[in-house]
Amino acid sequence: MSAPSRLARAEAEDFLYAEAELLDDWHLEEWLALCTDDIVYEIPATGLPDGVASSSLFLVHDDRFMLESRVKRLLSRNAHAENPRSRTRRLISNVRLGESPRSNGQPDLAEGEVALRASFHVVRFRDDEMHQYVGTYTYRLRLSDDGPRIVYRRATLDADSLRHGGGKISILL
Amino acid sequence: MDTPFIVDDPTRHTFRVHRRTMVDPDVLAVERNQIFDRTWLYLGHESEIAESGDYLSRTVGGRALVLCRDDSGAVRVWLNTCTHRGATVCREAKGHGRFLTCFYHAWSFELSGKLASLPDAEAYGDGFDQQALALVSPPKVDTYRGFVFVSFNPSVEPLLDHLAGAAEYLDLVVDQSATDMVILPGTQEYSIKANWKLLVENSIDGYHAMSTHATYMDYLLTAMRTAAEATDLGTGHAVIEYRAPWARPVASWAPPLDVSLREPIAARRAELVDLYGEQRAGRMCDTSRNLLIFPNLIINDIMAVTVRAFEPIRPDLMHVRAWELAPAEEDAALHEVRLDNFLTFLGPGGLATPDDIEALESCQRGFSTWQEMPWSDISRGMAQKRPGITDELQMRVFWRRWNELVGREPGEVPVPLRVVGQR
Repeated sequence: MSAPSRLARAEAEDFLYAEAELLDDWHLEEWLALCTDDIVYEIPATGLPDGVASSSLFLVHDDRFMLESRVKRLLSRNAHAENPRSRTRRLISNVRLGESPRSNGQPDLAEGEVALRASFHVVRFRDDEMHQYVGTYTYRLRLSDDGPRIVYRRATLDADSLRHGGGKISILL
Repeated sequence: MDTPFIVDDPTRHTFRVHRRTMVDPDVLAVERNQIFDRTWLYLGHESEIAESGDYLSRTVGGRALVLCRDDSGAVRVWLNTCTHRGATVCREAKGHGRFLTCFYHAWSFELSGKLASLPDAEAYGDGFDQQALALVSPPKVDTYRGFVFVSFNPSVEPLLDHLAGAAEYLDLVVDQSATDMVILPGTQEYSIKANWKLLVENSIDGYHAMSTHATYMDYLLTAMRTAAEATDLGTGHAVIEYRAPWARPVASWAPPLDVSLREPIAARRAELVDLYGEQRAGRMCDTSRNLLIFPNLIINDIMAVTVRAFEPIRPDLMHVRAWELAPAEEDAALHEVRLDNFLTFLGPGGLATPDDIEALESCQRGFSTWQEMPWSDISRGMAQKRPGITDELQMRVFWRRWNELVGREPGEVPVPLRVVGQR
């Protein structure tokens, strides 16, 4: 049986909503299981939304090893910026299929992969303060019999700086 | 020895800082007046405006400034305000062009500052001196090896005198490149809800590594306790130096760097030994250092080279900018390593900096009790002949200079003081 080669927008939306729920509920190990071994998770610097991570300074540029370290850290008691944990709510909309993330230094889509973009509004509450992250997700998903898996996930922020986001990104955005 | 803000008592191995310095708007006002209006402040790096016509806008010392390179290739710094009625002449973070034009009344300035044109110029009388309305520079601008500094004090000491012992440490960083060190594209711009001096302390604090960054730093501690020292570089600057097991793209290979990089890194090391001799090259390659240039510039030459500058907005809020510095000639693979090395640890999305931010904000919340619990203790290592990097000498260096400028201006009491609590 071959893996599916197409993804309907409703299926893509269901996937993104399920992913958002895992992250909001701090089910980070389960979220990590949605990522492939060659995952790249990245956030370009504000002010450089079109940056490429190999040649410019980013806020986050994780491979699988780094992402696992990040998850392990967040689930420990030693991620002080998230201990006690924040509460988050991820609102995802404007989902569009089929736009290749090639301009981000990513390879062309391989067989069985789809690209998508979506808008996000992530709100984080902690210490009676509200921090907001607004921007665009760019994904490359690899389709499998178990459902889509994340090969590439980029969160590009609209803000000029992190000064509206509590000064940092201590959650998985 | 006591002054209202600081207790500095070597005989009792005690150094304490009054927490009022962290919360009081009057103290910040004096800091602006005695430090940020008077000393040299880091503005930016020449490589950020590499070509004639490049410009960027940036606020430093509370002033909106423009850093640019004019037609002749000269680096220029302008107050970002139209000489006509005050609007900013540069509203972009960065750009390229021949003119800075104020959109309000369309006065247009060359990057050399000259007022090139204004609409209806003939409406001004014959006596009107257009040349006198060129853009205005801060009173002092100077550059040390690519680092551009400004001062708003016309009688400030020469930049080299201010840098004192820190200049040699800048050399150690800049000489890592055979051509030029350049700032890579991308700025980390963030804020911390804490007093700016807490970030000074944190940036050169070897003591917090074992607690705050336990998850990351377990393996580092043994290394940090050996061959590590803190040095007073004069006029408030200080450095901590240590050998760490992390890889340094300038010529110190270690896992998890790819084996394929072992050779180019070894080759670069050999070049540096040829140029500077084993001793100096060894220092450049093997030793990590966190350098404070008073009052607010940090250069961390660690698993990558970071440049970080910050300034107070309120007593409990600072804005921070961080960049990455790299040899211009470095090959793409090493550049990539350097960038990822930076991000594993540093920056507001890294594995360490968010916890530092949490620590500083936590201190600031704790300072709500300053009237009942007025003192912070910075005594660690006062009894040591050669304080190590987990001691607090480097912070005392900063605070002593701070105290000279803010705590007791000769012939003047800057802030009427009411010290609460026991000394």
